[in-house]
Amino acid sequence: MSGFDWVVPIILTVITAATPLVFAGIGELVTEKSGVLNLGVEGMMLVGAVSGFITALVTGNYFLAVGAAALAGAIMAFLFGVLTLSLMANQVATGLALTLFGVGLSALMGQEFVGEPIAALSKLNITGLSDLPFIGPIIFGQDVLVYLSFVMVALVSWLLYKTKAGLILRAVGDSHDAAHSIGYPVIAIRYLAVMFGGAMSGIGGAYLSLAYTPMWAENMTAGRGWIALALIVFATWKPGLVLVGAYMFGGITILQLHAQAAGLNVPSQVLSMLPYLATILVLVLISKDESRIRKHAPACIGKIFHPAA
Amino acid sequence: MKLRGPPMLLKIEKRAEYSKTMVYLTPIIALVLTVLSSIVLFESLGVNPIEALYQFFIAPLDTKYEFSELFVKATPLILCAIGLSVGFRANVWNIGAEGQLTMGAIVGSSLFIYFPETDSIFLLPAMIVMGALGGAAWAAIPAFFKTRFNANEILTSLMLVYVALLILSLLIHGPWRDPAGFNFPESETFSDSASMPILISGTRMHFGTLMALLAVFGAWIMMARTLIGFQVKVIGEAPRAGGYAGFSRKKIIWFTLLFAGALSGIAGLSEVSGPIGQVVPSISPGYGFTAIIVAFLGRLHPVGIFFAGLLMALTYLGGETAQINLGLPVAVTGVFQGMVLFFLLACDVLVHYRFRLNIARKVTSQ
Amino acid sequence: MTRKQFSGLVSAVALAGGLLMGGTAAAEDKVGFIYVGPIGDHGWTYRHELGRQAVQNEFGDKVKTSYVESVKESSSEPVIRQMAADGYKLIFTTSFGFMNPTLKVAKQFPDVKFEHATGYKRADNVSTYSARFYEGRYVVGKIAGKMTKSNVIGYVGSFPIPEVVRGINAMTLAARSVNPDVTVKVAWVNTWYDPGKEGDAAKALIDQGADIILQHTDSPAPLQVAENRGVWAVGQASDMAKFAPKAQLTAIIDNWDGYYVARTKAALDGTWKSEDTWGGLKSGMVELAPYNEAIPADVIALAEETRKGIEDGSIVPFAGPFNKQDGSVGAKEGEALDDGTLLGLNWYVEGVDGKLPK
Repeated sequence: MSGFDWVVPIILTVITAATPLVFAGIGELVTEKSGVLNLGVEGMMLVGAVSGFITALVTGNYFLAVGAAALAGAIMAFLFGVLTLSLMANQVATGLALTLFGVGLSALMGQEFVGEPIAALSKLNITGLSDLPFIGPIIFGQDVLVYLSFVMVALVSWLLYKTKAGLILRAVGDSHDAAHSIGYPVIAIRYLAVMFGGAMSGIGGAYLSLAYTPMWAENMTAGRGWIALALIVFATWKPGLVLVGAYMFGGITILQLHAQAAGLNVPSQVLSMLPYLATILVLVLISKDESRIRKHAPACIGKIFHPAA
Repeated sequence: MKLRGPPMLLKIEKRAEYSKTMVYLTPIIALVLTVLSSIVLFESLGVNPIEALYQFFIAPLDTKYEFSELFVKATPLILCAIGLSVGFRANVWNIGAEGQLTMGAIVGSSLFIYFPETDSIFLLPAMIVMGALGGAAWAAIPAFFKTRFNANEILTSLMLVYVALLILSLLIHGPWRDPAGFNFPESETFSDSASMPILISGTRMHFGTLMALLAVFGAWIMMARTLIGFQVKVIGEAPRAGGYAGFSRKKIIWFTLLFAGALSGIAGLSEVSGPIGQVVPSISPGYGFTAIIVAFLGRLHPVGIFFAGLLMALTYLGGETAQINLGLPVAVTGVFQGMVLFFLLACDVLVHYRFRLNIARKVTSQ
Repeated sequence: MTRKQFSGLVSAVALAGGLLMGGTAAAEDKVGFIYVGPIGDHGWTYRHELGRQAVQNEFGDKVKTSYVESVKESSSEPVIRQMAADGYKLIFTTSFGFMNPTLKVAKQFPDVKFEHATGYKRADNVSTYSARFYEGRYVVGKIAGKMTKSNVIGYVGSFPIPEVVRGINAMTLAARSVNPDVTVKVAWVNTWYDPGKEGDAAKALIDQGADIILQHTDSPAPLQVAENRGVWAVGQASDMAKFAPKAQLTAIIDNWDGYYVARTKAALDGTWKSEDTWGGLKSGMVELAPYNEAIPADVIALAEETRKGIEDGSIVPFAGPFNKQDGSVGAKEGEALDDGTLLGLNWYVEGVDGKLPK
């Protein structure tokens, strides 16, 4: 191949690899910004993936499918909310239990649907634009969820930092007692944030079962929920950096496969370590300025709120 | 928090002091709730709920061998969870026990791999020490990055799990293969002097279980009676007060991570030189992650962790029994485990809070 | 039927609950299956599960089959033991990692028969069985060699174990026998099962010029990618044409049904003996899915000729002369690799790119 032709397909692959991470990451970011740590991302993604898949298979309507995935993720998150927000259960343990539950539940729901193919979510095709060299397929040739992932990042960024609602959400995450004393409904806000996180995780999962590899198979997220969780830390709780982190992680994952296919003489296991090592390295490099991280990290994360009535 | 349903008001009130009764009563309440909701779950799957519950909780324990298996399964969970719990109390969020376990197994078993002929009685003790060192070394990386560069340990410890698993894969698909094993990814089986002694003959219960018990008692004494335990608690609950008292947060980060790493490393070594008996591509089915639940389920208390570890082990064994005898798919085990944990965690609210049902006309919200 | 001894309390509780364990049991024999993955993986474990169903259908009321899925290899021993202690007559353990646990349990239960898949250690009550999937891959290699335009074939590998290396080599030898310009690129994903990653590997291989994708991983994701990119692919374990109707040239199908039925029958009528079975195309353990209609007739004829040749023994996939990747002699003219060498194969043949991870 000549010139930069080979770059385009790589970028296209990176986009699909990064998109589920972006969705799950941006959703969990909002959850964490409200002061709640939900480690059940993997479980919510799986339930979203299977719900979206079943809906697409039965109705053929991908719009509904994405909606079903978001709803399923939100319901899972609601369950988490009941336990941790209303009943004040420990968030870390409940999140992990939610993952166990989600893995099982999704497998149970999907039993009848293993081995059923569906068509992939269709990609945008604008005559003229999508055929432009280089930028055509990258900018004008994606499926709708890829665009939505960017929209969500922008939207969350705007909401958090430019609106009153965002200010309140951050206040709740930084000091629930202060927020409560001003009269904000801390628990209700956290419910919304947790359910938004669940809905986004659900869509992230559905991206796998509808677009990335359009099928349902048990445990098909294969640990991406954990990566999404790590990316929020990596992004120091800034929406834009979640996007950067997801694309960096996805990019290195894809590049190491290319390096192998090109015959690079390094053990595949060593190449497979690269995304993880790079993430650590970058985190170390950006973490030195403690005050900057403090500014964005929600101070109340994981802490239980009980209003002194 | 209020659940509104006029004119009644269900209110959760904080108790002035935690309820000792509830500490012991909540597991029973959770059990009752589990039984009740299991009836719904299993009925909907077309399985006799009583038989299903029997298979989950009683059948796995009805012979000596099976009872001993409970301890075999719980050993790595308890070891890892004890280590993690100390860190969690100091707000050190090490979630990489799985990687520390793997590294402990690798470093510990390297002694046997490179000196397979040794039949010294010191081989196994040396392996245990090496296992602890390997796990601690792997945990030292997040500790170093945290104390030196302020890098969040959640991310570093988690990423290092994947790296540790890949290092194991590299070794076991390469130099550590059994020379007589047709290049299959397994090491030689460990010699007797490299294997954990069996505690009860005819079972697989091994020396690692004793080490787990020792860890439970050791951690109990450490947290209740020693200065370092006191420092961990103070740093966790009131970091500022700790600072005034001259306790070093950095020192506590190092201590808790190394402690957890060492115990997880011992857990990993106990698995390879105990029940598994050789180095294989996957040493742990996720003990390091499950241990996080165990730690919290045990309310971060060593004795609580001991029982939580046994309970968690029981649900895994029960899941297998239910599959064999009732043909329930493994997915049901996950759903069931999730439910059991949800109830246990939810009932914990009763320890520190009480519900009050008020008949009230007006909802006061301030 | 050997029932476990209940303690008094336990049986009281059980009876009170209306539990009559074993109360309805007829004199049926129990056959157990231990799976490494979920039966919903649509790959390796799924095919074994179909084998179990075949046994159940064949013997109906006479046997009771059960399975345990997603059994981690490191914690398989108690599961196998539990089945043995429960009076199972025959137990199939269907992953290489179950080898030593199976042997340990077999020693304690000399009356129970065990069948271990893909291993090499046997005992009086432990048989081993495996399939010569490489025979199927040799046939596929002939097709691939003829069909490739770019002369690059991509191979998605799971782990660098002899089983996978055999497949890569057999395919490469066959492809180069009809098209000496073929090179094979391999991408290892270090997992048996991660649809996303398998698909990504397929994409990377296609981007590196491959126009035919083979895989030794379990999900249909690489085929979906091939379908999407307009290149050819070969299905794994099951017929995956549903996922890639245009792209799938054929698929190499694992079929354990016949073997499982035969061994169960032998265990029932007392003729079971410890054996090592390595079945291939001839025995039906390895099958090929229907050929893609887009394959030219002469290529299909060549594939069929190869298949028949392997079945009647006139074609031996690893027959010399061929070279190893480093240029040294793999097998001389008139010689072929023996089963022992094949079992532990850990080098590439000439024509494979990249270095085999060691």
